[in-house]
Amino acid sequence: MQERVRISDSQVNTDLTSSIFESSKLYWILVGFLALVVLCGFTAAGYMFNRGLGVTGLNRPVMWGFFITNFVFWIGISHAGVMLSAILRLVQAEWRRPATRAAEVLTVFSLMTAMTMPLIHAGRPWRVAYWVFPYDWARGIYPNVRSALVWDPSAVFTYLTSSILFVYIALIPDFAVLRDRTTGVPHIIYSILSLGWRGSVRQWKLQIIAGILLSAIILPIFVSVHSIVSWDFGTAMSVEAWHSTVFAPYFVIGAVHSGVSAVVTVMIILRWMFHWEDYIRREHMDSLAKLLIVVATAWLFFFALEFFFGLYALEGPEVALRELQVFEAPWKWYFLTFLITSYLIPVPMWLIPSVRRNLWLMAFTTILVNVGMWFERFIIIVPGLMRKQAFVFTWGGYTPSIVEVTIITATFAMVSMLVLLFAKVVPLIPIGDAKEGMILHDEIKIGKVMVPAVMREE
Amino acid sequence: MATETINHKWGMVIDIDRCTGCQACVVACQAENNIPLNTEDRFRQRRAIEWIRVERYWEGEFPNIKARFIPILCQHCENAPCEPVCPVYATYHNNQGMNVQVYNRCVGTRYCANNCSYQVRFFNFWEPVWPESLKNQLNPDVTVRSRGIMEKCTFNIQRLRKAERVIEGQRGERITDENLKEGNFLPACVQACPTDTLIFGDWNDPSSKISNLKEKHFVDGGRGYKLLGDLGTQPNVIYLKKVDINAEHKVDAHA
Repeated sequence: MQERVRISDSQVNTDLTSSIFESSKLYWILVGFLALVVLCGFTAAGYMFNRGLGVTGLNRPVMWGFFITNFVFWIGISHAGVMLSAILRLVQAEWRRPATRAAEVLTVFSLMTAMTMPLIHAGRPWRVAYWVFPYDWARGIYPNVRSALVWDPSAVFTYLTSSILFVYIALIPDFAVLRDRTTGVPHIIYSILSLGWRGSVRQWKLQIIAGILLSAIILPIFVSVHSIVSWDFGTAMSVEAWHSTVFAPYFVIGAVHSGVSAVVTVMIILRWMFHWEDYIRREHMDSLAKLLIVVATAWLFFFALEFFFGLYALEGPEVALRELQVFEAPWKWYFLTFLITSYLIPVPMWLIPSVRRNLWLMAFTTILVNVGMWFERFIIIVPGLMRKQAFVFTWGGYTPSIVEVTIITATFAMVSMLVLLFAKVVPLIPIGDAKEGMILHDEIKIGKVMVPAVMREE
Repeated sequence: MATETINHKWGMVIDIDRCTGCQACVVACQAENNIPLNTEDRFRQRRAIEWIRVERYWEGEFPNIKARFIPILCQHCENAPCEPVCPVYATYHNNQGMNVQVYNRCVGTRYCANNCSYQVRFFNFWEPVWPESLKNQLNPDVTVRSRGIMEKCTFNIQRLRKAERVIEGQRGERITDENLKEGNFLPACVQACPTDTLIFGDWNDPSSKISNLKEKHFVDGGRGYKLLGDLGTQPNVIYLKKVDINAEHKVDAHA
């Protein structure tokens, strides 16, 4: 049940724009540190472009490693945005309100970061233009549409475009608030961005309709993106671990699992950093954790299915591969880590109501989930390549190099930094939405008690 | 001049019974195709580039031990797993049955190498370098591949193109096993093979040696087989298995 919080409108404006107008020392130290890590990542990538991919740990037969793992991971995180904003908006879940903006922003930035990974992975990013864009430059041929690697950028670009639109539409009223509170150059920029928003009934109506329409349109894209990412692997007939038919839904639900967890983590950090205790409340954590229990369990079901499908045919190479994943060091440790951190610890904990309302424990469990989900992608991608084929002569392992580790670390720093910097430009809790939520809250009398209730949106 | 186009379909027969594991084919390939030096370091990193490799398997326990060799090169599959996954058509099937790699299209996704069941695609992890003394031995007919590019066996397409030019274009004759051999147009590995393990030819020429071998050995009890044939890749390279002199003895042991 929703808690009832009464805060005056101007107080809401002041609170939620506080991240823009005031900033603590801690904030700048954090941003500076993250920028430094990102710089290290750029340096490492530049070094790699200069020397060749030899500086990574990749080899024959393990041609894909940390970069592709990280790509899938960040695409997974990006599924938080639509899950929380679009689906929950369509089903009118009232508790979504403070989470939507953070989720959408996380979506946009993690998608942007994810898209750098294939470029870095290919080793010569300047050549990628004619891979990604369906335009026949000077060569007289178009990209090969049979390849999943062409579907992939198309899906991801579409998702990025629609996510940016989605964020922007929701931001227009907030830009107007900022326009009225700033002077000088920021005032001009916010004026342009707010598209002449005056808060009239008609404008609100259009904005809400646009939001709902976009939610509905973005849903199929949301499902397609991670399905197509899974087909990057699914279309590989020669790699044992990769060609399971259940990959698409398995990847999508896994993405939602890690994405929603990441949103919870981000919300807790924002609440602590900008003192938004009145807006990001324990009840929101409670609801998100309940959602996560369902998502995680569905994900576990698909995980079991994938394993079962793999073993069902009792093909020699497939069985050998599963043995490698589950019983042989170091993979068995990764496997155990992944299973424990992404399901066995968090879900039983979320079943306890007091845990769901404890911010420390929620931060802990949701970070665990993402550690586990990173490992999940890793143990899908690398063992399959290590011993995929009949000739034992070319089996091999994979040890990531320091260059790869640096670049991977930098991607985490980049997403965090971009989200923090974005908080300096726009409020990360939608102001209009927060107010709407308060207005729609009412108290109804049931018997002798007053019970908080929510009016439905139209 | 007669401009009759003859449709070739190049292929190879590898008679494992004749292979002694001498690695002459490996060296010849290395020299012909400007492949960077495979130092010990490269092998340790598992990044050595060998368009053809001789895999060695030990059978039995000492002292009754046998070494078995199998030369493996690109199988030039008709239904190649590497081709549909390339986003930029860097690898495709040409009209002569060959799986070709266009170096300057390659962006380096390495999906083809992942998807190759035979592990015969090689990525240039490093910029290739040759010592000063070897600079002049580079083959001018073959591109030097820079870092970030996938490469693989080409069936020495530069020699075959020359054969078409010289034999068909200038002399106006049909390409046969004999004039391929006389004019040094055979792939380097085939030319170097001292035991005739590797036999190259045209599947579309019914009189070629490989066509005859295929006819002879792809019958019941014949020695012909395709490498990982059950994958349905339809290779243009076929293998003839080793004649096992202890075959009967072996059957008894298993019974």
